Amino acid sequence: MFKKSRLIGEYFMQGDIACAEGALAAGCRFFGGYPITPASEIAERMAMRLPLLRGVFIQYEDEIASIAGILGASWAGAKSMTATSGPGISLMTENIGLGMMMEAPCVVVNVQRGSPSTGLPTSWGQSDMMQARWGSHGDYGSISLVPNSPQEFFDLTITAFNFSEKYRLPVFIMADALVGHMTEKVVIPPVEELEIIDRKYTNKKPEDYLPYDYGKNLIPDFAKAGDGYRYHTTGLTHDKRGYPNMTFECQNELVPRLVNKIKNHVDDISLTEEYDIEGADVIVISYGITSRTILPAITMAKKKGIKIGYLRLKTVWPFPEEKIRKLSKKVAGFVVPEMNLGQISLEVERCAHNDSIVKLVPHPGGGIHKFEDVLHAIEEVAYGK
Amino acid sequence: MANNTAQLQEKSHPMEDLLRMDRMPHIWCSGCGLGSAVTAFVEGLKKAGVSYDKTAIVSGIGCTGRVAGYLRLDSYHTTHGRAIPFATGLKLANRDLTVVVFSGDGDLFAIGGNHLIHAARRNVDINVICVNNFIYGMTGGQNAPTTPLGAYSSTAPFGNYEMPFNLVGLAAASGASYVARWTTMHARRLTDSIATAANKKGFCFIEIVSPCPTVFARKNKGGTGLDMLKEFQTRAIIDHDADPTTIPLNMDNEIVCGEFVNDDRPTFWENVQAGIKARLEKFANWEEMQSNSRKISHKKDRKYTSSRDSSIMRRNT
Amino acid sequence: MSELRVKISGFGGQGIILSSFIIGKAASIYDQQHSSMTQAYGPEARGGACSSQVVISSDNVEYPLVDTADVLIAMSQEGYDTFLPILKKGGILLYDTDLVEKLQSHKNFIAKGIPATRLAEELGKKIVANIVMLGFATKQAKIVSPEAMQEAIADSVPSKFIDLNMKAFQAGYDYNEEQ
Ligand SMILES: Cc1ncc(C[n+]2csc(CCOP(=O)(O)OP(=O)(O)O)c2C)c(N)n1
Ligand code: SF4
Ligand SMILES: [Mg+2]
Repeated sequence: MFKKSRLIGEYFMQGDIACAEGALAAGCRFFGGYPITPASEIAERMAMRLPLLRGVFIQYEDEIASIAGILGASWAGAKSMTATSGPGISLMTENIGLGMMMEAPCVVVNVQRGSPSTGLPTSWGQSDMMQARWGSHGDYGSISLVPNSPQEFFDLTITAFNFSEKYRLPVFIMADALVGHMTEKVVIPPVEELEIIDRKYTNKKPEDYLPYDYGKNLIPDFAKAGDGYRYHTTGLTHDKRGYPNMTFECQNELVPRLVNKIKNHVDDISLTEEYDIEGADVIVISYGITSRTILPAITMAKKKGIKIGYLRLKTVWPFPEEKIRKLSKKVAGFVVPEMNLGQISLEVERCAHNDSIVKLVPHPGGGIHKFEDVLHAIEEVAYGK
Repeated sequence: MANNTAQLQEKSHPMEDLLRMDRMPHIWCSGCGLGSAVTAFVEGLKKAGVSYDKTAIVSGIGCTGRVAGYLRLDSYHTTHGRAIPFATGLKLANRDLTVVVFSGDGDLFAIGGNHLIHAARRNVDINVICVNNFIYGMTGGQNAPTTPLGAYSSTAPFGNYEMPFNLVGLAAASGASYVARWTTMHARRLTDSIATAANKKGFCFIEIVSPCPTVFARKNKGGTGLDMLKEFQTRAIIDHDADPTTIPLNMDNEIVCGEFVNDDRPTFWENVQAGIKARLEKFANWEEMQSNSRKISHKKDRKYTSSRDSSIMRRNT
Repeated sequence: MSELRVKISGFGGQGIILSSFIIGKAASIYDQQHSSMTQAYGPEARGGACSSQVVISSDNVEYPLVDTADVLIAMSQEGYDTFLPILKKGGILLYDTDLVEKLQSHKNFIAKGIPATRLAEELGKKIVANIVMLGFATKQAKIVSPEAMQEAIADSVPSKFIDLNMKAFQAGYDYNEEQ
């Protein structure tokens, strides 16, 4: 009965539901959340599915409890997830920092809607991209994946779990209301055909185990509650034993490691799709649903004879700095359409430095780009205006 | 009695197996009630006979929040106010664990108050031990939701204008299975309560009224830790039959102590299990309801590839 | 690459969303096409007006919204009034003749009416009006193959109502305006 309820096959499935199914396929067995449009369907699906898989679903009293709860579950060894939208992420940010500091693997889904504040609950936006990077106070490396279809929502949810387990941190999935509420074909392969990564448990004996000792990859081995390790962990700056240590030396060893454990693995984490990049004059960089809605503009530009390339970011954080830096030396410029008033375009600008033009095509959310606006920006860059 | 703080620092202490001796000395002030509270906790766990390997302790932030860091258990020092939902996740994801939250009155009833009443309402199988020192100790003596009306704090320089919460009343009214109140002076009874709670299912709440000589007493002419204990001694009475909702604490009334609630009602997880069992027949059809799964036979040798193959730009290239 | 953009409109309770779901499923699961379905949310989806949309394509659906429709299915006067302007020149309009009575000029479109709700009532259940309409749309606008549509319907309704829904489909499929 429990095994049977695992899905395999082709489904006509909503994005949010595909996300829940992706989580289950990845081995997620704990979901804590609080309802919010347009992410509630993820919670609803988990409420229905988890009990049949011997998992735990809990609707908490708010998003702060939800994130705290999935961190707790993570320490009990469960793959855990929460799903919300902008307002919920704002409430979660403190404990996202705790997750980064304690290095607790888990997945946080943000089905973005029009923002700021309550914004446009049922409509879409991409304006929480910087929040995903810098939302919680302090320095830490972070990972954000951005799907552009229900199928990819499924796929990237699995990837998010894999990265969270491998690099030991809360990983964001930055979907949006359009992808979350869109229904398309989703193929769910049997588990054997999926790559599933689990956190690395220590093989040390309790007396030899240091919860924050690390090797070349900068990632400590895990020990879960109840296995006799009786370790300590804290959101305070801590040493390898997990004990609070309020010195510069300790801070200087810990915080750069939290940043570098991601930075040093950009090549593994950064997922992109590239088309016609070779020899392009103009490269359009986009992510998420925008990468689909602006395609007519690219087709038009190509018809007009513009040498146009296209780079789609599936991983937005860590940002593929090196890649953009190299490209910026070869092209006239980049066009960055995004459903916000300039967030990822700032990163592109930073990496392009003065080597090439960066043209933002902003959109406040609640609709989608007019392809004419995107085309216009492409032409401006191509014709050097 | 007052010198449990010193006790904790002794080199080869009988509590060694449960304390992180490598973290001593601790940060608490001399005369602070936290030493007694921790001693009672350690004794209580011993008495309860639970496996230390299977016991986890979760704290929030504050002087009391530091307790987790001194105990040789799986110990989690989380963020301000969030120990309870964290502990809930820990417990639900590994139901073999005994999970104890140990934190302060501000942590559990101000910033974390909502989590407390909801965890009690759900009757999650965790124990919550709250050290009530009537003040925010860690941050230097600001007003807490427990500060008595008229008491002074650094943010109530004219005396506190606000009515305090009655912690045991709130926990009981919210649905806790077990509710008790003791002062740090009631070492034996407190230890017993902790042991009882450790072996009891459901949400258990224990308030420990505790002296904070450094900030609360100084602002309120309470004297030393010892003076405060003496005062507790004169004010405390034990009445297990008291209705917990009727025994608030203020500056000089009776401190009614006792074991006020000791009920058995289904825990969150028991209710989850019962609910699923009751509806399993409906779910038996679930797979069939999942529409096309019955139409598309899954062939063993079939390789699945994403329906949106990645060449979304194919026709443009 | 061929692409078909379908807009369905009506009011809450008519199964508008389910209709577009069935169309999308028929196309992508049973016709081996690609499809993308989206729906209106929020106040506009509560109680009163209701609309949803499906894009069917022989290739990946890039642009999932329906700004201009090849096919408009109108199950209410309001839906008809709101969405007729987005129907392409030469597009197909399918409407419930009892629910859409104030007609505008149809000279730019192929317009076909069916008393879907009445036919459903004759079958014993008004709620299958949407399925009658799907049968009609399958025949008149060829949005998907009849086999795929039938499979998708059978798949999306409670099993004890499959027969009724098949009858509803057939009634719409066989309906002849001139009759
Ligand atoms: C979000 C947040 N706000 C404020 C603080 C500062 N802070 C730390 S401890 C504390 C009060 C603790 O009071 P209580 O829970 O009663 O613990 P005590 O120190 O009295 O044991 C406050 C306000 C914090 N750490 N985090
Ligand atoms: S400030 Fe008060 S509560 Fe904190 S350690 Fe000192 S005496 Fe104890
Ligand atoms: Mg306090």
